[in-house]
Amino acid sequence: MIEVNKLDPKFRYEVMRERGGEKISHCFTCGTCTASCPVNEVDEAFNPRKIIRMIVLGMKDNVLNSDFMWLCAGCSSCQERCPQGVSITDIMMALKNIAVRNGITHPAFQVQASEIYKFGRLYEVGDLNDRREKLELPRIPEKPEPIRKIYELIGIDKLVESEEINQE
Amino acid sequence: MKYALFLGCTVPTRGLNYELSTRKVCDKLGIELVDIEEFSCCGFPVRSTSNEAGFVMAMRNLALAEKQNLDIITLCSACAETLVEANHLAKNDPEFRNEMNGKLKSLGLKYNGNVEVKHFARMLHQDYGLDKIRAKITTPLDGITVSTHYGCHYLKPSEIYDHYDDPENPHSLDELIEVTGAKAVPYSDWQMCCGGSILGVKEETSLKMAKKKLDSVSSKDTGALVLICPFCSVMYEGNQKKIEREFETEYKLPILYYPMFLGLALGLDPKDDLGFKLSRIKAKNLLARLENR
Ligand code: SF4
Ligand code: SF4
Repeated sequence: MIEVNKLDPKFRYEVMRERGGEKISHCFTCGTCTASCPVNEVDEAFNPRKIIRMIVLGMKDNVLNSDFMWLCAGCSSCQERCPQGVSITDIMMALKNIAVRNGITHPAFQVQASEIYKFGRLYEVGDLNDRREKLELPRIPEKPEPIRKIYELIGIDKLVESEEINQE
Repeated sequence: MKYALFLGCTVPTRGLNYELSTRKVCDKLGIELVDIEEFSCCGFPVRSTSNEAGFVMAMRNLALAEKQNLDIITLCSACAETLVEANHLAKNDPEFRNEMNGKLKSLGLKYNGNVEVKHFARMLHQDYGLDKIRAKITTPLDGITVSTHYGCHYLKPSEIYDHYDDPENPHSLDELIEVTGAKAVPYSDWQMCCGGSILGVKEETSLKMAKKKLDSVSSKDTGALVLICPFCSVMYEGNQKKIEREFETEYKLPILYYPMFLGLALGLDPKDDLGFKLSRIKAKNLLARLENR
């Protein structure tokens, strides 16, 4: 149900300011995105057309507090086929970024961002280097400093330093 | 031919057979690979938290390759997408380039847009070329049948890839299979995404996605599923047993990275050169068929 007093008519513009969000208003709700979506194919709770609609209607709280955008696999099937040129995949990414800025992070992505901060890569190499050597593959150095610097420049270092995960 | 090999995070830790077979195959084909120690994660996994941070990371990697005058090939399709997209923006959007270079400045780097980035498979198909591959084949794989999994990020968004291969009807990987003499067997659910990127978000949904493809491929007479992305392999090979358990089914479907397959046709040793011993689901039948011909 839509609670009108909770709507944020500016939400659409917030999304439009993000990279790829510009054309969201062109959506004419044809449903091609949902019909093309591999996640929707196995899990009907995830429905890109509905999410686009909710943004346009200004249902900010509902969208940001849902699991929706975290479930997008980023496959771009929808975006390839959208007759209106809406960059749906980019919009899902934008929603995640907006959620993070509003203090909502999915634990899975929080962990990924933290690992990369720690190691400069998604996984610690550690002992694996010995295995690599046995296969005559070059050792992988762990040099996270430049990545940490980038996190600091963008201001997301605080996110990973707090070990606390924000989502209840 | 000479390229910087961009390994990313997943290949050098979880896809050792992919890396090993790529290096051996390139050696055979006369393609020189350069390792740049300073390369980091491509930026893809950070984009969900901050698109901007992800792109700065991507641009940093591009700048490092530019410093050495090298084009980049990637093995992971998510790395390809992220680096190609950042490159596409850097070349076509001066505002983006300036903004990113503003950040890179404090790392002592600058990117001027002089690097080409390609997925390894696309480089083989487009730049090295099928004819040159054909000329190098010593062990034709006639009589072998496999199926291909293109994955999503290798083809899409097609705009950033200059529409090189058609996402609705791709052919490059099938042609790379058939140049060996083997046959690429089509199957119905070929467009299904592996589900890898949401494994940590909702495992059940992710496994169901992988299952769809495993069901579809297994209904055909095919010796293996050949793919080109380590995330996809984590789903189809790494999680195959789990899917079999949870959905009470059985596949025993070998999953091969493309260079493992091509390497067979180039006369490389499956065990020592191509990392077949690292596979979780052994391609016993396929290898036996090759030996007994
Ligand atoms: S395919 Fe495009 S126009 Fe159609 S519902 Fe989805 S976003 Fe809207
Ligand atoms: S990009 Fe996301 S929303 Fe679009 S089809 Fe793929 S999984 Fe669905």
